[in-house]
Amino acid sequence: MRAVLQRLIQLLIVLVLVTIFCALLIDRVPGDVTYTLAPVATPQQRADLRHQLHLDKPVYVRYGEWVDGLVHGDLGCYYGTSGYSTASQCPDKVADRVKDALPISLALMVYAQVLALVLAIPLGVLTAYRAGSLFDKSVNTAAFALLAIPNFVLGLVLAYYVGSKLGWVEPTGWIPWGDDPVGHIKQAALPTISLAVGQVAVYMRLLRSDMIATLQEDFVTMARAKGLSPARILWRHALRPSSLTLLTVAGLNVGTLIGGAVVIENIFVIHGMGFLIADAIFRRQYVALQSYVAILAIGYVVVNFLVDILYAILDPRIRHARAVA
Amino acid sequence: MPEQSPSPAPTVEQEPVVAGTQPLVLELPPTETDAKVEKSASKRLGLFGWVAIVWLALVTLSALLAPVLPVPAPDQHFIGHETEAISFAHPMGTDGTGQDMMARVIWGARASLLISVSSVVLGLILGGLLGLIAGYYRGKLDTFLTNLFNVFLAVPQLVLALALVAVFASDPAKVSSQFHWIVDWPVSQREFWLIISIGIVSIPIIGRIARASTLTWAQREFVLAARSMGAKNRRIMIRDVLPNVLPAMFSIALLGVAVVIVLEGGLSILGVGVPPSTPSWGNLIATGRNELTKIVGAAPQVILAPSVAIFLTVLALNYLGDVIRARFDVRESAI
Repeated sequence: MRAVLQRLIQLLIVLVLVTIFCALLIDRVPGDVTYTLAPVATPQQRADLRHQLHLDKPVYVRYGEWVDGLVHGDLGCYYGTSGYSTASQCPDKVADRVKDALPISLALMVYAQVLALVLAIPLGVLTAYRAGSLFDKSVNTAAFALLAIPNFVLGLVLAYYVGSKLGWVEPTGWIPWGDDPVGHIKQAALPTISLAVGQVAVYMRLLRSDMIATLQEDFVTMARAKGLSPARILWRHALRPSSLTLLTVAGLNVGTLIGGAVVIENIFVIHGMGFLIADAIFRRQYVALQSYVAILAIGYVVVNFLVDILYAILDPRIRHARAVA
Repeated sequence: MPEQSPSPAPTVEQEPVVAGTQPLVLELPPTETDAKVEKSASKRLGLFGWVAIVWLALVTLSALLAPVLPVPAPDQHFIGHETEAISFAHPMGTDGTGQDMMARVIWGARASLLISVSSVVLGLILGGLLGLIAGYYRGKLDTFLTNLFNVFLAVPQLVLALALVAVFASDPAKVSSQFHWIVDWPVSQREFWLIISIGIVSIPIIGRIARASTLTWAQREFVLAARSMGAKNRRIMIRDVLPNVLPAMFSIALLGVAVVIVLEGGLSILGVGVPPSTPSWGNLIATGRNELTKIVGAAPQVILAPSVAIFLTVLALNYLGDVIRARFDVRESAI
């Protein structure tokens, strides 16, 4: 329990620092930020905008106001292009867009993570069981090659050949689950595969090396001596102790996954967070960009916190070690 | 050699006592789980290793020698030869405006390598220094630096890099007046900030590895010996610890260059990579996307040529990074 509390405090500190970083991003925009956000505006409107963004107040007040807005779901506005916006009159709220985009990005990342693990765990276990065999060598070589394919290249190639040439699915776009479940799965397949392939290679190689180490432990020899079937030893006895590193890396890899999803969404024109980010950069809407970066960063920090907790639950040795210390 | 102490005898006597009370290599560093790298089966370079080296040398040379190579200018439009397939005149075909793809890939190597190598070098210098200090001095400074690294690692790399580039280089054309004195070389503001931003992103990653590696080496007997002979901390760090930490850093640097080449591609797709006026492998793919959406006369070679270049280069870098890592594995040689 104390370890959890300690981790929680650490989490809070990291969250504060990350939000400070995001909140002050806008300060680093060269020149007068109101010209960047709203190129066409009267001096009065600019003054209002400065006031509204708290640019006329000290940094700590601005940070406080920004966090307050974030907590209460006020993520700022899109300025300039869709007419002039103020706090009271904000036709294009960032929060509204996030509400639509976040579930799409989450779904994409969950699909990719699940697909990667579903493929990587059996491959990792089997290659470890048959380490050194032709099967092991060919899977490893393939994994090594897959690691070198950037996800956007894979995405473009799949979109072009499977989407445009073969015509199996639309090369771009996203169908919500509620509209058409079958279409949803078909449409999500290509972006999911593009995201997952690199991860499969990472996870498989990792599980394989941990599994090989576990299979040399005494308790595995013991299980074998008792006459248990190899399948039972592999899946029931050896997998769990071998999966701890995999779990941590799967948590850490959420960062890679977020970055990948941001790019892949732009390849497949999926209106998720990544698409919003590219759009915000293109339209130079830095208030929106701040919010998007903050959401992704906070999500990532929280996921890693949860993985740490889960790690302690899965591995009794860690619980014990922490309790003693 | 360090300054000889006037009476070497006492140190020799003291050494076993100190060594006895302080277990030397028992304290392992926090495991640095680097998923991408697994110990390679062969420790020697092998045929594939040589192929990788030759390929990287080829890429580097063609990047350096791009202006004098007998290829057309990357922005020369061959009118009437748009989206041509592979031919003798255009070994990698041409793009939608009739530009020679091979010339663009060769020139693209320039920008891609410039950005990836410079940013990794920046990360190596700063991250390596901080990691070395943290791992050597330990204590409060280490806690502070480790936490600092963790905060930076708390933001997904691509998102951090893209936020930094988008904000700092919001105007790609204008050369920053602030850094006029640094950016006197022919690098646009966007490229400059790409290098800085990606460098910043790589500091904590390299720093953590340098720290972990330093932790093990700083516990070794020869460090103890140097210290007992009266060597100063700075000297021990530079002369005794650093040379041992370098191989690990070098293998990470190779992997890092590969990661940055891909990262630049991702940033290009998001519109914050190298500006399209200068070809880079990333922006060739990003702009080549439009070629694929054409209903008539789509030219996949426009993205395939730079994609294959990225693939082979990343593959070669990963492989060599793996070999070096396996060869100088700290955990193996520490026992």
